Amino acid sequence: MLILQILLNAIVLGSLYACIAAGFSLVWGVLNVINLMHGSFIVLGSYLAWGAYKALGVAPWTSLLIAAPVFFILGYGIQRGVLNRVIAAPVLVTLTLTFGLDLILNNAMLVAFKADYRQLVLDPSLGSLSVGSLVVPVDRIVAMIFSLLLTLALFFVLRRSRVGRAIVAVRMDRDAARLMGVDVPSIYATAFGLGTAMAGCAGVLLAMIFPISPIASGSYLGKAFVVCVLGGLGSVPGAVVGGLFLAIVESFGSLVLGPENAVTLSFGLLIVFLIVRPQGLLGKRGFE
Amino acid sequence: MKQRVYYGALALLVLLGCLPFLDSSYALRIGTFACMYAIMSVSWTVIGGFTGYPSFATAAFFGLGAYCGGVLINKGWPLFAAAGAAGVVAFAGALALGLVLLRLRGHYFAIASLAVAEVLRELTNTATELTGGGMGLNIPVSVTGSSSVMGEASFFFWAMWALLLLTFIVVRLIQESKLGFGLVCIKQNESAADMIGVNATIYKSLAFAFSGVFVAMAGALYAAWVHYIEPPDVFDVLFAVKPIVMALLGGLGSPAGALLGAFAFLGIEEAVWRNYLQIHSGVLGLLVVVLLLFLPDGMMSISKRLSQLGGRRG
Repeated sequence: MLILQILLNAIVLGSLYACIAAGFSLVWGVLNVINLMHGSFIVLGSYLAWGAYKALGVAPWTSLLIAAPVFFILGYGIQRGVLNRVIAAPVLVTLTLTFGLDLILNNAMLVAFKADYRQLVLDPSLGSLSVGSLVVPVDRIVAMIFSLLLTLALFFVLRRSRVGRAIVAVRMDRDAARLMGVDVPSIYATAFGLGTAMAGCAGVLLAMIFPISPIASGSYLGKAFVVCVLGGLGSVPGAVVGGLFLAIVESFGSLVLGPENAVTLSFGLLIVFLIVRPQGLLGKRGFE
Repeated sequence: MKQRVYYGALALLVLLGCLPFLDSSYALRIGTFACMYAIMSVSWTVIGGFTGYPSFATAAFFGLGAYCGGVLINKGWPLFAAAGAAGVVAFAGALALGLVLLRLRGHYFAIASLAVAEVLRELTNTATELTGGGMGLNIPVSVTGSSSVMGEASFFFWAMWALLLLTFIVVRLIQESKLGFGLVCIKQNESAADMIGVNATIYKSLAFAFSGVFVAMAGALYAAWVHYIEPPDVFDVLFAVKPIVMALLGGLGSPAGALLGAFAFLGIEEAVWRNYLQIHSGVLGLLVVVLLLFLPDGMMSISKRLSQLGGRRG
């Protein structure tokens, strides 16, 4: 029964990981930029949910409606104003640039909110659901459902919408897409905006479960990395598979090896995957 | 021109060696940090500047060296033997790791090298018996034999300074050698370099190892200098990023540029720390962003730009 309970927790956690990583993976895949701000965007999203609940009594799932457009505009602006200027530069430059931007954003949050841990406590509590001896708090189930819905929404935007097809086209072959009349800088900004919106929404959902602090941004970023590499770059289904895989490995790994080794395990897994299967579980070879 | 910059940087370095005669412990502290940062950025130039591989492993080497040095000193080894051993461990480790990791390129290599530091930090955290784990590691005070505070400060300054001098000269020799030429070939076109007989795998691994050995020795000196280390302190991700920013500030691919970049960076950082304690990392970030957007080729390009401006006018 313990095994089943751990598996259940892992699935809940894994769907949140998927939501964290989907936007990161999109930005990495389409723009070839590793966005080191992703973790801070997530934390900012959590603060938004916390503030909205505390000041206005808005429930987190309603905050999603505010977070998505706000973060989309933020991401779009950053890409248009700053990142597009160096998008053609080598890896090192874009990576270091997002690191610099992250320092600014994270420091701003530290000044604004201090490093204290805050917790969004729903009142009244949603209680918990139990089947047999399995117990899951309802707020976790709600977070799981919304994160899967968001990931699914991103998937359909990329598959079905005109903008989504243009994003995928740019990802496959930038020059050919430009020749077909796609406005590449604007598509870059849109993709970055979508990635940022996903991060913000993930943050809103995470606020229901985990304590909020600017310090957490590094660990969210680490998860996004690992999930992205495990699942395969730039693919939304890859993020879901990678997220679930990581959560299951982490949960059972900490059961067997002790919780203090969970981080070592996930980063060890990352290195092994990078070497043995850099295209990830679902990726196609040479499609980077 | 290049020779002139090299000898200029060397002269500056020698001049810096006179710092203890100022008899100011503040200047010594800053000077020791300047040498430490310069060791990191000059070392990073071998893998990042010559070879073109965006390595974020500097923090891993530094932490590894600090813990190797600290543990060995606690076992009764003399300081320089411990630092030498830390260097050997890092060199061998980097060589072995390089054979595997350097098959990756671009972002993948960057992330893998970043993950190495994370893994080492967590391992250090959990290996409590050897390293003290999250409690940190205390290193006894009496490694230098000098009883006065100023004496000890000068000792560590000179040790770090001598290591920087060694690093700078070795990296310069690498640049001039067949190895350095091969590395530049790899940067320009790896498959072509492989084709004409550059053993890319060995060359890259050597470059990775050379980017680690002196950083690890600096880590060992640092551990003895501050007497107390803990995993989040010495495996700090900033130790991986700052050398890159310094090298970019100076001008990518030039050891002299990396050296000057490190000094300039430390000067700016110190000024920021002094005046904006609350927002120092934000100001640092702003500096990085401005640097990358407006001065992508570093300070070494300023004179070139000025002469271009002059040429246009005249």
